[in-house]
Amino acid sequence: MQPKLLLNEHQIDILLHRLACQLIEKHLDFSNTVLIGLQPRGAFVLDRLITLLKTNYGVEDVAFGKLDTTFFRDDFRRSDKPHAANTMQMNVLVEDKYIVFIDDVLYTGRSIRAALTAIESFGRPKEIELLTLIDRRFSRHLPIQPDYVGRQIDSLQNDKVEVKWKELTDEDAVYLIKETL
Amino acid sequence: MSQLSVKHLLGIKYLNENDLHLIFETADHFKEVINRKIKKVPTLRDVTIANLFFENSTRTKLSFELAEKRLSADVINFSAAQSSVKKGETLIDTVNNILAMKVDMIVMRHPNPGAASFLSKNVDACIINAGDGTHEHPSQALLDAFSIREKFGEIAGKKIAIIGDILHSRVALSNIFALKKLGAEVKLCGPKSLLPKHIESLGVTVELDIKKTLQWCDAANILRVQNERMDKSYFPSIREYTQLYGLGLPLLKSLNKEIVILHPGPINRGVEISSEVADSDQAIILDQVENGVAIRMAIIYLLASKIMTPSV
Repeated sequence: MQPKLLLNEHQIDILLHRLACQLIEKHLDFSNTVLIGLQPRGAFVLDRLITLLKTNYGVEDVAFGKLDTTFFRDDFRRSDKPHAANTMQMNVLVEDKYIVFIDDVLYTGRSIRAALTAIESFGRPKEIELLTLIDRRFSRHLPIQPDYVGRQIDSLQNDKVEVKWKELTDEDAVYLIKETL
Repeated sequence: MSQLSVKHLLGIKYLNENDLHLIFETADHFKEVINRKIKKVPTLRDVTIANLFFENSTRTKLSFELAEKRLSADVINFSAAQSSVKKGETLIDTVNNILAMKVDMIVMRHPNPGAASFLSKNVDACIINAGDGTHEHPSQALLDAFSIREKFGEIAGKKIAIIGDILHSRVALSNIFALKKLGAEVKLCGPKSLLPKHIESLGVTVELDIKKTLQWCDAANILRVQNERMDKSYFPSIREYTQLYGLGLPLLKSLNKEIVILHPGPINRGVEISSEVADSDQAIILDQVENGVAIRMAIIYLLASKIMTPSV
């Protein structure tokens, strides 16, 4: 079935602007805040937000990191192939900081659970929030909810939500790919 | 992610080039993990690993044990000297008794070549060869190659010399397999009595002169003389060996280039390598030890992913 376009480049841009403003509203000058992009795809949302914060809202020096949760996932030995790890970029202090996890799609919540364990390797944050571009509500396996949401969508369990970034493809877009019956 | 083409790590001979790259790429991530403040990840919390050492070991045993613990596996250790092997129990019986305790993976060092391969055919567990007699020592070759790759960026096209007691060395054979598969040129150097006949058939060259060898290579892996495996005299005296094949600082300085020095340990200081060389900036011996933990974490991680959970 033809993928259905959920968000185009312009719509994604508007959502990112709103999310950036919501972050500023809560974290003000970001002096005690660290933005953590969850590898691999949350890192793209992180990069966009940091650029927006700097260029459009004058927030300089935002502390950030990119967290890989591969070795903290709970589905090791439950799939045919081992999970490939991604680069970890955590040259940042998280001890006693306000952390915002940033991801592209929140689905079952298991990646966030892994991230909550993984971040412990780097210290004890004061508080952790979650920002997601797309929230697939009604699909959660764990009691995890986002604090900042770009767009909430309803989809069937086997549907796929694909976020495309210009860094990887030729467009910024979000598609819903329906399960073929 | 691709996966290993093998279910056990019995030797480098059974791996393909993709396997080697996959192990290195995975080890890159684990090297980052072991340099964190908290060095442990929970990946293997439902896996039990038995370390069976029928031969003495310091580095390999500690390195495997640390790798297993860093991955959160449950670990049991077995040393032949304090076991029922002394009472006449066979290898298969010993291992099957350990497996009856619900062990998923066996790391084994044994004095007999082929012991790991024999075990893999006779017991139902994932086997990692931690050295089988004079045959292979795959994890050592992987960490040596990983260390060379770390130093030079890549291995293909590099000139690597292996110097010393090639005949009794499982490290040499595994290194030859690994380096050749990765596209390096390999030259062996040592007394003729310590070079196996027809070793050139593995695609390596042989040189008897250490200075010419060092002048040729980008990196040299110095091996110790394995007196414990010698049933007769292979050279007149240690002193003569050191004079002809020992790597001292004057020899290293006499070269018109800077080469990288590796040694798998244990070092016999003043015999195959002098203290000045072993402790010099050109030696990456302690880097090898650090990389050993990352490489063994990668090996265990990739092999453990092939053991499915019983409920799945």
